[in-house]
Formats: sequence, structure tokens, C-alpha cells
Amino acid sequence: MARAFAAARSDMAEYLHIQSGREQAVRDFIEKPPEADVSLDSPIPEKDFNSAGKGSAEVKNLLKRLGVNPEVLRRVAVSAYEAEINVAAHSQGGEMLSHIYPDMIHVVFNDEGPGIADIEQAMVPGYSTADEMVRELGFGAGLGLPNIKKNADALRIRSEANGKTQLEFLIFFNSDE
Amino acid sequence: MTLQEIVEILEGEVLFAGSGLDVEVPCAFASDLISDILMCTKEPTLLLTGLTNNQVIRLSDMIDIIAVIFVRGKRPLDEITEMAMERGLPLICTDLTMYRSSGLLYGAGLRSCKI
Repeated sequence: MARAFAAARSDMAEYLHIQSGREQAVRDFIEKPPEADVSLDSPIPEKDFNSAGKGSAEVKNLLKRLGVNPEVLRRVAVSAYEAEINVAAHSQGGEMLSHIYPDMIHVVFNDEGPGIADIEQAMVPGYSTADEMVRELGFGAGLGLPNIKKNADALRIRSEANGKTQLEFLIFFNSDE
Repeated sequence: MTLQEIVEILEGEVLFAGSGLDVEVPCAFASDLISDILMCTKEPTLLLTGLTNNQVIRLSDMIDIIAVIFVRGKRPLDEITEMAMERGLPLICTDLTMYRSSGLLYGAGLRSCKI
């Protein structure tokens, strides 16, 4: 699944953020992707806020059983949940694929569109395109993507104009920089 | 401060007591925005909110929420209370506003959570 980190096509907007100190580890992952120990797949139906969040909770519980430290667990759970809510709130539906390795997790969110018009704008804290129904549920703070950026060791978003979006993040289990 | 003391200060109604109201509460956070709550909660925290949908309960799967106080007289549907019961998450209602509830608890010595 590391191929997801491969070079983007030119008709695609791309955003990449790597936490300072993690550049080498992220590059190693991209260049020589290991085989995942466990992979989980969960669908994210459009505007289904009854089930949105279940996939993230499932991943968190699995990592907890594997003994991942609570601070890393929280960062994985918050990042995955924000991304899951984004797919449910803003797209026509998609899926969440989680790949767990001995020392990290790689989570990929694929959706069916309609794409992010301006990724840089979407990264600005407080900027939101959420509709009224989504806001009434307490979403639409404009902090979803900034929250993922803050909590993940690497975040990549690729979006086609009027097409699909893929968001993926990496979080390492060891906390040394 | 215990959850029992918090219920008394807020003149609250306990919808579900979890494993008991003698649980110690070190700090609190108040917001009606899910992402704010996710961004600001890094330790076991009491949550004050006007949101009563299932995602408030789902939040407790992601971060460490000790109990939820529903402010401004908001009441969750029974199915939301049931979700909290499955998780052992205490739920309390108060007619007080979020501002007043927060002020009373802060004045009584309950600190803000670390952000």
C-alpha cells in the first residue's frame, strides 16, 4: 500500500506534510514498503453519521490490544476519526484502509469525489465547506485537516478536480524524534 | 472534585452514573464543536456540551472523556443514553448555560484541561 505514496499525476492537486525529524523514516517507508502485519478495511457511506467513527474506534481498539502507548493511540484515533468524518461529510462515500506494521500504522482514505477545490485553503484552521446538516451535528469547525496534520507523522492528500480524493497518514509507534 | 460534587454545583440530573459518582474529575473542557474537543483533550477530561447526537458518545471511543454534561437543558435521545451505558460513560443534564456551568465549576476549583 506504500504505492499510495508514489508520484502523483499532473492533473492532481497534492499536499504533503511530514513532521520535522520524521523525513528519513517516511522516505524509507515510501522507498521500501514493508508487508503489513494486519490490514483492516471499512466502508464510509455518504452522510451516515450513525456509523461514522466505527472504523476509527475499531483500529484504536486493535492497537490498544497490541500495546501501543496511549498518547500514540490518541493521535491515531483523532487523525482517523477526523478523516472518516471528512469522507462521510464531504464526499459521495468511500473507504478506510488501515495497514498495521510492527512500528507504525498507515491509514488510507479513498472517496468517490467530488474532490477538494483548494487543498491549501482547506488546511487553514477555521475554513470549512460543511453544509448546515453537518454543522448541526457539531462538525464544520474547519479543524479536521489541521487536526490530522498536527497528530500524524506524515499526511498526504491528493485530489482530482471534480474527482476522487485520497488522504493517507502515517503514525509511528515509537515517540523518539 | 468528584462527579457527585459537580452534579450538586450544576443542580444536575444524572441520566447515567456509570460506575459511580465518586469518580475523581481533574479537569474540564466545554465546546459545541467536535473538532475543538478532539484537538483540546489530551488527558482524562469532563466534557460540557450542548451537542446530544451519537457522535458525542463516539468521541469517548477516541479520547478519554470521564463524563458528559449536557448544558442548556439539552437531553439526548434514549438511544444515545444506551450508547453511553454500553461504554460506561456517565451522562448528566443541567438547565444552566455552558458559560454559567463552566464559571461555577471553575470557581469551585475545577481547572481547564491541558490543550
